Amino acid sequence: MVSARADIRTTQPKHEPQGQMDIDLERSVTTIWRRMSRMTARILNYRSFALTTSGLACGLGFILQLAVPVSGLMPVEFSGVVQADEVGSAAKAKAAAKAKAAIKATDDKSSGEQASETPAAGSLVELIDQQIRQGWEENEIQPSEMASDEEWIRRVYLDVLGRIPTLEEAKSFVADEDPRKRTALVDSLLENEDYVRNMTTIWTNNCIGRGQPDRVSRPGMEKFFREAFAKNRPWKDIVVDIITGEGRYDENGAVNFILAQMQMPDDGVQLTAATTRLFLGLQVQCTQCHDHPFNKWQQNQFWEFNSFFRQVDKIDHRKLDPQTQRMVDDYSEVVWRNFGGPVYYEKRSGLMQVAFPKYMGREVDQGPETDRRKELAKLIVEPMDGETPMIAQAFVNRTWSQFFGYGFTRPVDDMGPHSPASHPEVLAAISKEFEASGYNVKELIRTICNTEAYHLSSRVGKDNAIDNPSAGETPLFSRMYLKSMQAEQLYDSLIVASNAHKAGQGGWGAQEDQRRVWMQQFIVAFDNDENDESTTFNGTIPQALMMMNSPLMDKAVSIDRGSFLFETLNRPGNENAKIIDLYVAALSRQPTRGELQKVQKFLNGHPSGNKLIAYQDLFWALLNSNEFVFVH
Amino acid sequence: MAIWNNYGMNRRHFLQHMATAAATVPAMNFLSHLQANAAQVKAAQKACILMWMGGGPPTIDIWDLKPESKNGGEFKPIDTAAPGVQISEHMPETAKVFGDLSIIRSMSTREADHNRGRYYMQTSYVPNPTVIHPTFGSVVSYEIGRKRTALQIPAFVSIDGGAGQAGFLGMSHAPFVVDNTGRIRNEPSDDAKSRLRPRLTMLEEIEKGFMGSGRGELPEAHKDVYANAVNLMTSPQMTAFNVERSEPGLGLEEESAAVRDAYGRNPFGQGLLMARRLVQTGVPFVEVNMGGWDLHAGVFDALRTQRLPQLDKGISALVTDLKARGMLDDVTLVWMGEFGRTPRINQDVGRDHWAASWSVMMGGGGLKNGQAIGATDKDGTSVAEGSKQYLPGDVWATVAYAMGIPVNTVHTSKRGRPMALANGGTPIQELIG
Repeated sequence: MVSARADIRTTQPKHEPQGQMDIDLERSVTTIWRRMSRMTARILNYRSFALTTSGLACGLGFILQLAVPVSGLMPVEFSGVVQADEVGSAAKAKAAAKAKAAIKATDDKSSGEQASETPAAGSLVELIDQQIRQGWEENEIQPSEMASDEEWIRRVYLDVLGRIPTLEEAKSFVADEDPRKRTALVDSLLENEDYVRNMTTIWTNNCIGRGQPDRVSRPGMEKFFREAFAKNRPWKDIVVDIITGEGRYDENGAVNFILAQMQMPDDGVQLTAATTRLFLGLQVQCTQCHDHPFNKWQQNQFWEFNSFFRQVDKIDHRKLDPQTQRMVDDYSEVVWRNFGGPVYYEKRSGLMQVAFPKYMGREVDQGPETDRRKELAKLIVEPMDGETPMIAQAFVNRTWSQFFGYGFTRPVDDMGPHSPASHPEVLAAISKEFEASGYNVKELIRTICNTEAYHLSSRVGKDNAIDNPSAGETPLFSRMYLKSMQAEQLYDSLIVASNAHKAGQGGWGAQEDQRRVWMQQFIVAFDNDENDESTTFNGTIPQALMMMNSPLMDKAVSIDRGSFLFETLNRPGNENAKIIDLYVAALSRQPTRGELQKVQKFLNGHPSGNKLIAYQDLFWALLNSNEFVFVH
Repeated sequence: MAIWNNYGMNRRHFLQHMATAAATVPAMNFLSHLQANAAQVKAAQKACILMWMGGGPPTIDIWDLKPESKNGGEFKPIDTAAPGVQISEHMPETAKVFGDLSIIRSMSTREADHNRGRYYMQTSYVPNPTVIHPTFGSVVSYEIGRKRTALQIPAFVSIDGGAGQAGFLGMSHAPFVVDNTGRIRNEPSDDAKSRLRPRLTMLEEIEKGFMGSGRGELPEAHKDVYANAVNLMTSPQMTAFNVERSEPGLGLEEESAAVRDAYGRNPFGQGLLMARRLVQTGVPFVEVNMGGWDLHAGVFDALRTQRLPQLDKGISALVTDLKARGMLDDVTLVWMGEFGRTPRINQDVGRDHWAASWSVMMGGGGLKNGQAIGATDKDGTSVAEGSKQYLPGDVWATVAYAMGIPVNTVHTSKRGRPMALANGGTPIQELIG
C-alpha cells in the first residue's frame, strides 16, 4: 500500500497544466491517509485507492508490481550490485524475508493484523509518513503539492550525490515514463561513485573541518571514508574504528579525527567534546567546567567520559630534507599511552574531584591494562534503558537534516531531554530500524528518500506558511525547506553544469584537488582550543563576488572549444532547443513560455550584437541565480 | 531604470564602467558627485571599532592585576594617565593614552564555552535554538548603515573575523569579512565590469520568477546581497580597504611607512589602521580580530613576547591617530573577547576559560573616560561585594547611546517576537555621566 502511494509520487503531473485529475489525486491521498490509521482496513483502502488512481497508474497489474518493496529494503534487481556491501548476508536474508512477508501480506487480505507483527515492506516509511501527517493535522495545515520531476531530481542529486544532475541525466529522468522511476533513481544514485564522494566530503568536514588543522592528513581521512562508504560499512564499525584508531595518519586514516582534536595539549578535553557531539549527538563541552544548565549531564560525567581518552597520545615524526639539510614534518601517528586510575578535575569551588571511566552509568575497569577506548566502543552500541543507542540516533538525526535542512532537534548535535525531538516517534522508529539493519547507511538514505515529505515541493502551499523553521518554528516537514548549497556542492555543480569534468580537465580526482585549494579562500579559522572555524561561503558578499567574477565562473561560462557552451551552441538545432539546454543544464528544468520569450528578446537585443556573447551572459545569469544556488 | 535600483546601480559613478554609457557622463560631474558624498559622510561619522580578542584574553594579566594574590602571575601593574587606574606593565604606551579609555572590571557573563561565549558577548543574548540573534555590528548596520545612503561599501566590516551573524535582521546586514591585507577576493576585471549590465538585466529576470514562486525569504535575501556586492565592487570607496592607495575625493591618503609602523606591522595593527580608514569613509561598525588568546599553557611568555606588545602598540596608535584627526569623540572603542581566563594558574602555567569575573575595555565615543568601573575581589575569582555586575548588553547599550541609537529600540524576530536592543541592557552610568 505504501508502495502504491510511493509510486503515485513518481507519476508526476507534467509541468503544466495542472488538471482536475491532480486535484482528485491529492484529495484521495488525503482521504486515504485519514483512514489509514486503522490497520485492519489497509487492504480495502488500498484497493479503492488503486481504483481512483487507475487512470494514472493502469490497474491491477500495477498493484501486483507494487508488492515489490520500494523502500526500506533492497530491491531484488539491485541485490547483485550491493554484494560488495559489508552489512552482511544476514541483513540481506532478513530483507528478502521481509520482502516475501510483505508480498504475502499484501496478497492476503485477511492477514492485515498479522502484517503489523511482521513489518511489511516499507512499513517504516509508512510510519514516518503517518506521523508526519499527524503533525500537519494537529497544526491544521495542508502539505505543499508534490514536487515536479524537475524539482525533485535536482534535489535528490544534490542531497545524495552532492551535485546537480547533468543535462543528459535530467532529460532522461523527466522523459522516463516508468511509474517507479523515483524509487529506482534513489537506488541507482546509491550505487553512483559520486554518492561515495559526497558522503566522504560531508564526513571528512565533520571530523576534521574544512581548514587545515596541524598534523592532520585530509587525504588519509578521505581515504578512510571513501572505503567505508563505498563498501557501505555499518556505521557502528566506522565509529568504532574512529574512536579506537591507532597508527599512522596515512595508513589508518581513521586516526585523523583524533589528531584533529589534539591541536593543543588539553588532556583529551576537545576529543571528549567532539566525540560526544559528533557521534552521540550530545553537547557536553560546557560541562567540563560546571554542570550542564539544561540537561542531565553533570561535570563528573564529562570527566568520566574524558577518562576513556586518556590512553591516547600522538607522535609527530620529523625527517631530514635531503635538499635543504633541514628537519621537516613527516607523518604523525596516534599511539597508546600508558594510563590507569581516575582523572582529576576541579569544581568551580576549587575542590578537586576524581572521575572513573564510566559511560551512561556503566563503569569499566580502571586498571592500566584495560584498553578503555575498546571498552567504550562496546558500550556505545549497547541499548540503554531499552532505547536505541545514541550513535544510531545521532546519525539518523544528522542524516535526516542532510536531506531536509532540519533535523528532529535543534541543533542536530544537541539531543537529550532538554531538547525534545520534533517527531520523537519518527526518530525512534528510524533509529531502531537503522540499528536492526546493522547500521546500514544506504538503507537509511533509501528510507528517507522514499518518505512522502521528501517528495513535497519547496513552494509554500495554500495554508502551510506557518511551517517555517527558519523563523524558529518547529519543522513540520509539510514542504521542502530551501537549503543553501554547501561550497563543495556548488563547486561540483558548476563543474557539472559546464561539463568541465569531461572537457579534458583531468576528471574528478584532479577536480578534488582544485576544489580543496578553491575552498581555502572561504575558511576562517578561530585559533582556539576547539579548533573552530567558519566559512565566508554563507550567502554573503564574498560568495556573490566569487560567483560573479571568479576564474571558476569564467571557466564555467567559457566559450572555448570543448566547453559546455561551445558544444551546445555548435550542435545542430534551433535557438529554442539551445536555450532549453542551457536552462536544463543549470536549473534542471525547461524555461516557461514566458521565460523563453524574454530570453529570445534578450539574445536578439544584446548590446554586443554577438550571439555567442549573449548566450554566455544568459548562462552566467542562470548560474548566478537564486534558483541555482539553493537546493529546493 | 528599475533594474539599476534593485541592484544598487543608480549611482552615476558606475556608469563610468559602462561601455555603452560612458560618453553620456561628463567626467566633471562624476568628480563633484564624489566630493558631495565625502562631505555628507563626514557629517555623520558616528562609528564603533570592536577589538575582538578571539579565544578569551586573560584580563587579570592586562587590565585587572592582582599582585598581592597567589593568582597574580608574573606581571606588575603600572600607573596610567588616568589617576588611580593601573594596568599591566606590558601595556606602557596604552597607559599613556588611558585618559581616553576605561575599564569595566566587573563583567560577569556565565558563558565559558568559545561558541556560546562569543555569541553571548556579541549579541547580548544567550544562544537559543529557535532564533539567531544579530551580532551588534549587524544591529548598527541595520540602524545606522541603512541611513547612510552615500555609503557604497558594507556598513559592517569584519577584519579577520567571520563568526557574527545578522540573524533575523537579514543577510544584507551580515559582516563583510576581509583579511588584514585588505585584499578583496574576486574583484571584477574591467572587462567583467563592462559586461555587468546585460548580465544583471538577465539575472533579475530569472530571479524574479523564483522569488515569485513562494519559496520564503531566502531568494529575496540573495538579491539583496547581490545588490550590495555590485555596489561594493564598483565603488571608489573600495580604496578604504587598501592602505597603499589614495582617493583624494574621499580624504583617503596612502598610509606612510611611519603610520604603518606606528600601528605595528602585524595583522592586528594593520587591521586597526584599515578600520580607521573605513570609519573615515563612513562605515559605522568595524570589527578587528586578534586571535591566539586561548592560553591554556604558557600564558606569561606568550603575553610578554607576542600578544601584549602588539596589543599595546595597536591600541595606543589608534587612540592617538583618531584623536589627532578629531575623530575620537565620534568613534567608540570596545575591546573584549568571549570571556576572561581563570584566576588560578594551571599546571601548564596557563589559564583556562573564566566568565564569572573579568574585564572589558572601552574608550572614545565621547564617553567619560579615564576610569576603572567595578572591581573584582582580592584573588580575582568573583566580582567584589557591592560592585555592580555588568553584562554584554550593558556594554552594547553604552555603545548604542554613544552612537545615537535609541537604547529602547525593539526589533522583531521572524516569528514576531519583540527583541530588545542589547537584550534590554542599560548604558553604564559612570561612562555616560
